[in-house]
Amino acid sequence: MKAIEEHVASMLAPAAPPDTPGGARHMVLNMGPQHPSTHGVLRVVLELEGETVIKAQPDIGYLHTGIEKQFETRTWHQGVVLTDRVDYLSNLSNNLTYALAVEKLMQLEIPPAAQYMRVMLAELQRIESHLVWLGTHALDIGAMSVFFYCFREREDILRIKEMFSGQRMMTSYIRPGGLALEPPRGWRKVVGKFLGTFPSRVDEYEELLEKNPIWLRRTQGVGHFALDDMLDLGVTGPMIRGAGVPLDVRKMTPYSSYEKFDFKVCTHDANDVYARYRVRLSEFRESHKIATQALEGMADGPWRADAPKMVLPDREKMKTQMEALIYHFKIVTDGYRVPEGEAYAAVESPRGEIAYYVVSNGTSKPYRVHMRTPSFGNLQGLGPMIEGCLIADTIAAMGSMDFVLGDVDR
Amino acid sequence: MLAEEILNQPEARELNAAVPGAITEGSLALGELTLWIDPSRIVEACRHLKSVQKYVRLSSITAVDWHPAAPRFEVVYHLQSIERNERLRLKCRLDDGVEIDSVTGVWRGADWYERETFDMFGIRFRGNATLKRILLPEDWEGHPLRKDFPVHGYKYSYQNE
Repeated sequence: MKAIEEHVASMLAPAAPPDTPGGARHMVLNMGPQHPSTHGVLRVVLELEGETVIKAQPDIGYLHTGIEKQFETRTWHQGVVLTDRVDYLSNLSNNLTYALAVEKLMQLEIPPAAQYMRVMLAELQRIESHLVWLGTHALDIGAMSVFFYCFREREDILRIKEMFSGQRMMTSYIRPGGLALEPPRGWRKVVGKFLGTFPSRVDEYEELLEKNPIWLRRTQGVGHFALDDMLDLGVTGPMIRGAGVPLDVRKMTPYSSYEKFDFKVCTHDANDVYARYRVRLSEFRESHKIATQALEGMADGPWRADAPKMVLPDREKMKTQMEALIYHFKIVTDGYRVPEGEAYAAVESPRGEIAYYVVSNGTSKPYRVHMRTPSFGNLQGLGPMIEGCLIADTIAAMGSMDFVLGDVDR
Repeated sequence: MLAEEILNQPEARELNAAVPGAITEGSLALGELTLWIDPSRIVEACRHLKSVQKYVRLSSITAVDWHPAAPRFEVVYHLQSIERNERLRLKCRLDDGVEIDSVTGVWRGADWYERETFDMFGIRFRGNATLKRILLPEDWEGHPLRKDFPVHGYKYSYQNE
């Protein structure tokens, strides 16, 4: 009882002397690690002066699983499944980056059909990831219905992914050497149907939000982030494109035959939460355009590279050809060897630049795999971005970054 | 002496002229240029690359442990120039327990990457004001990405039960 009385007395006592010359008293507020708007486990220590954030320090590592260490204990082939689990909302982009890095080391040529399929899947992945972002971000700000609309389309894409790979999220479908499986029968019809209806769905989201005064008031002019700071801190993706810089790996250093596609890099000049939303909304339409081009331009052809020593043979061949059986046995038990060297492969993921730095010492296991993940790079800018914001705006500003904590902590 | 092939690369030539002796070695493989930099001159070299050669973006910093070889570590910097649309890799060879200068003064974004490298490899960056663990808990012992750190059985192993 005495303790409670003392506590109440201390609360009623006159305020402590001011901390700053201005006379205001600072308060330290702990946000997270279970705060719903962090979409994962992120802790931010906010220092407040009244309602204004004057310092924000993110504390990360709650989802660290040592994926880079695990890579070193598995064969190159087994490593693919780890890449799915880094950024669990855009796993195909991660599969693709790893595959490109390993193929660069092996100097492997991928057949055009497989390259087109990779582009198509990567763009569907971008749509899916942006759908999750738009739905949850609108939910955070208070526009609830958008969430249901977005997750309806996301479900369609998850079904497509399941149809291709048997998995909704951890697909491991893009692998070094090509694709994991031959595309299923009837895939063109299913993907074509989705792409046929999607543009009208984007119009629906736009209509729901563009005429919503609360959404506009809560996003426009909020979360300004100076461009020089962004470059200095290594921020990429829709964040920097929302500040008018057309930084996009797909255009700058095209991979997987992106140079054959007609698309533009979406930018916006406002450099606030609204600008980032506009960039992602335009990317829905651009990704749809790219995926449609890929679908129409895709020839039927081999889905894997002609490299029997590293690509698992077809089931049918294993039953009829002895060599195929031997290769299969060797790849599964021993793993294929990758020539000594190092490679850096960068891909534009929905969140920004994702790059894998892969070092091989000539054995069947990677010597070192480092993942430069966009969320880690972007999150470093959280402090500078929200310092000076009102506390109510931190949710909107933080959400506009679209980080995935698995991608941050690895 | 640097190989002709490396000095023909504009990045290496300009860097060699501006900061003589900073580049100790170079390689050009798979279309990627790697320059080994004398660890004591890394900040100077980075400052030149950023301000003169327009490598405005630091993509990442990491390290590779070549245990038991000596020098043990290689600190790897990946830079990108948006204007020139080029990428460049810098490397510094470092012995265990030797510090290297921090490049946070050149790119502020280096901070978290240096902290991560410290956390995982135990490489200390001189001049990084907030050099402490970032992903692992504060009281963690050891640096997991070192090759002599066990993959399984840190303090406890269910295999022994």
